[in-house]
Amino acid sequence: MSISLPPSTKNNIEKLQPTGWLRYFSFSLDHKVIGIQYLVCGFIFYLIGGLLAGAIRIELTSPISDFMPREVYNQVLTLHGTIMIFLWIVPVVNGAFGNYLIPFYVGARDMAFPRLNAVAFWLIPPAGLLLISSYFINGAAQSGWTAYPPLSITTPAAGQIIWIISVLLLGGSSIFGGINFIATILKLRRPGLKLMQLPMYCWAMLGTSILVVLSTPVLAGTLILLSFDIVAHTGFFNPSLGGNVIVYQHLFWFYSHPAVYIMVLPAFGLVSEILPVHSRKPLFGYTTMVYSIMAIVALGLVVWAHHMFTSGTPPWMRLFFTIATAFIAVPTGIKFFNWVATLWGGRISLNSAILFSCGFIVNFVLGGITGVALAQVPFDVHVHDTYFVVAHFHYIVYGGSVFVIFSSIYHWYPKFTGKMLNEKIGKLHFAITFIGFNLCFAPQHWLGLNGMPRRVAEYDPQFAFVNQLSSIGALLMALSTLPFLWNVLYSIFKGEESGDNPWKALTPEWLTTSPPPVENWIGEAPLVTEPYGYGEKQARKASSKPNSDQ
Amino acid sequence: MTTVSPINKQSNELTAHKEEHADHRLFGLITFLIADGMTFAGFFAAYLTFKAVNPLLPDAVYELELPLPTLNTILLLVSSATFHKAGKALEKSNSKKCQYWLLITASLGIAFLISQMFEYFTLPFGLTDNLYASTFYALTGFHGLHVTLGAIMICIVWWQSRSPGGRVTASNRFPLEAAELYWHFVDGIWVVLFIILYLL
Amino acid sequence: MPPKTGVYAILISLALIIACIWASNNLSLLPADASSNAPIYDELFNVLFVIGTILFVGMTGLVIYSLIQFRRKPGEEGDGLAIKDNLPLEILWTAVPAVVILFVGLYSYDIYERMGGMQTLNHDVHNQHSMSSEERLWGGIGTLKEDNAEIKEFPINVELTAMQFAFLFNYPKGEIISGELHVPVGQPVSMKMESKDVIHAFWVPEFRLKQDVIPGQPTILNFTPTKTGRYPIICAELCGPYHGGMRSTVVVEEPEEYDAWFQKNSKSTEVEL
Repeated sequence: MSISLPPSTKNNIEKLQPTGWLRYFSFSLDHKVIGIQYLVCGFIFYLIGGLLAGAIRIELTSPISDFMPREVYNQVLTLHGTIMIFLWIVPVVNGAFGNYLIPFYVGARDMAFPRLNAVAFWLIPPAGLLLISSYFINGAAQSGWTAYPPLSITTPAAGQIIWIISVLLLGGSSIFGGINFIATILKLRRPGLKLMQLPMYCWAMLGTSILVVLSTPVLAGTLILLSFDIVAHTGFFNPSLGGNVIVYQHLFWFYSHPAVYIMVLPAFGLVSEILPVHSRKPLFGYTTMVYSIMAIVALGLVVWAHHMFTSGTPPWMRLFFTIATAFIAVPTGIKFFNWVATLWGGRISLNSAILFSCGFIVNFVLGGITGVALAQVPFDVHVHDTYFVVAHFHYIVYGGSVFVIFSSIYHWYPKFTGKMLNEKIGKLHFAITFIGFNLCFAPQHWLGLNGMPRRVAEYDPQFAFVNQLSSIGALLMALSTLPFLWNVLYSIFKGEESGDNPWKALTPEWLTTSPPPVENWIGEAPLVTEPYGYGEKQARKASSKPNSDQ
Repeated sequence: MTTVSPINKQSNELTAHKEEHADHRLFGLITFLIADGMTFAGFFAAYLTFKAVNPLLPDAVYELELPLPTLNTILLLVSSATFHKAGKALEKSNSKKCQYWLLITASLGIAFLISQMFEYFTLPFGLTDNLYASTFYALTGFHGLHVTLGAIMICIVWWQSRSPGGRVTASNRFPLEAAELYWHFVDGIWVVLFIILYLL
Repeated sequence: MPPKTGVYAILISLALIIACIWASNNLSLLPADASSNAPIYDELFNVLFVIGTILFVGMTGLVIYSLIQFRRKPGEEGDGLAIKDNLPLEILWTAVPAVVILFVGLYSYDIYERMGGMQTLNHDVHNQHSMSSEERLWGGIGTLKEDNAEIKEFPINVELTAMQFAFLFNYPKGEIISGELHVPVGQPVSMKMESKDVIHAFWVPEFRLKQDVIPGQPTILNFTPTKTGRYPIICAELCGPYHGGMRSTVVVEEPEEYDAWFQKNSKSTEVEL
């Protein structure tokens, strides 16, 4: 809200804010500009991370290590993981869409702390550049995105320290963002708007931000201790100095398991916004959706040790974490059944947005099923740290979160730009992505079950054919970005005009111009008490309701 | 800027927001302190696990004396009270008294830091001597960093609360309230730290 | 829902279940089973595979059916039905997954117990070697005790040392140090593992067993090989540049062959010593 600045300074700042395309390169305080900054910045890092993934898949087309030196291979896989998680998915599903949509959804003119918001964004590009530059300085970190000691202590220190610094910066950005979202959702709601009337994405972001605030600082503390081990030769995690490597794993996963929910909960929220609009039906089971998000948040904090079943944990601990993990499937399942029920009986426009959303449902169900299987200790001891796990989490983060990001771009592109994306190219993009993704990752389940560990540059020759199949899938995924990029860039200039509300949606962001004015609404913010008031019987009542207050 | 003034229509709403305005910042600060507290929680968990699982190596030295840290605890607890006094004084627009209590709080904080340094120099073990020693220094050092930041903040608030020309006044108490909340938080962490590191 | 659709739905579901059970029994998705652990594991795998496939195909089918059946046909206007919620339905799809999860959890607990996961891991045989770190032994699961009385004898003790980038097997009884693991078929093996540098993991896919090998924290892994053959030992925890090349072989052989190997090697080391 503009009022969080004293009037005099506010005017000064407004005068200093550039307009036009230049504002996207400025320290803008406008939540919509910051949202786009997150999105575009994240997408650039996605392309970089994708190139690294391509390098990994090229290396794995042959069973011997022949494409790049082994040290470089380990750097590439470390950078790929770190970039995709910390610079693409987390900033985009949280920062980009959160910043753009949350103020609209709560009926505010900006986030609670606009300046903190801009700071949070501007931590990301330097952190990302720092991370990538480490490759050119002295070699990047080589110990995977998990940076398990003692490996991370014994590999070249420079790359590992730079990795730690950039992850700390990104963690800080994430915490600032989380604080901002919690304050905005809880404190900045338009008078008259109740919590249980908020669009589902607000609930998802509230849950996510709670996870961010509670778990990210633990990672920060852990990485500080790790950097002490590397620089000052303390022995927290160094067994040769009396330290304990398992403690690192506990602390690391205390953040990094919730990190999975930090990546998928906002995606759940976005899908809950997209499906009702395009199937012209209310979101099914709003209340159970809210409770299931909160249940996922609560359970998500107490399941971390399922990443450590083979580390030598005591039996009681394994049992506890097995049960807690498996039970996350219940609230998650509720959400999926509710989404299908939202589709059921609707009048679905088969456009790119809904195709990507449904692709997400299918992919994520498979990822969730393998997840429940992996939660079982006896199952996990065979496939832990194999390609089965690689397949599982790519089904969660790519088949889940990234599919939703694409779906969201197709859905909100008219809002961002006032132009439509080309539907034919969009469907082509979906087809190539969906086929490429499944071709790339489905066979990896088999690889893991049959004896191929993850993070290897060389493997048993019997796996060559399936790996080549997987690499073809990766190639298709790489190709799929081309029509998307062309579509997005071409449509900015030559796209069909969309009008203010091309989808006839009822959520508040559509009840203003596209793109919206600087403070979101000309006039007062509308009071939307029924963001999902679609439906034949109530059509007239529902569509008149949002405006009833004006 | 195309700022249209819908605000005029709803002037009641705006004033309502303006009153809440400081609350948002305090709310943000509380959220941040919860996050900060989780960092400490992580350190405490690590320390307790080390103690439970990793026995001290036979020739390692790890002994802590109680008197100095007890004095430190008293210093910090008293400083919390004096900071509270300063806040009360500012509420009554008595900036002289407020400055007086702030100065005492800052002095107590600095006395804590000096005493902590003194303890560091007299301890029989160094940072890299053994696991417990490292964790001890990491925890107290991280806390000391917080105290240092707090002391600097108090000094700034003290400077800004001078009677003509300062920005911290009875009508703009937020900087003082924020610093006070932070200070109480740092004291609370110290009490937990004192119990876990020295008493357990 | 018209009654005909209901009949179709039931028929399709039944066909799906039968197909899944057939597939789980006839498709070979797993490598050979060469330890007493493996058949138990495969049992769990089959159950999870059937449940998972039914869920996956069912959900995918529902999504595709909805997209086709409820798509907006050209010229159609207006919205879908304004159904916001349905409490009995929502209770149903909270309860059913909860029951399934509960079943899977109890079943996998049973499997875990049969694999020997709930046993205390401090065996007398190991205390001789590791007095100091006795209480800190952690371990993986493994079938040391079985119902048949035949396997009540002492297990074969092996000490595994992992380092960048090799496994070394030490047989304390015969003072053998070997780069390959030799074990007789049908006899339990108890392996104490420790790493010299970074974390490694000992994995034999055919045994369905994996346990991290941790520096400063000895771990225990027990297993009973059941089929002769040569199986790969794979390091499954990123341990440095040559992680992918860190492999060895476990040779499961007939007791006589094993004895011959043991005699031959222990003698030669004795001569050298």
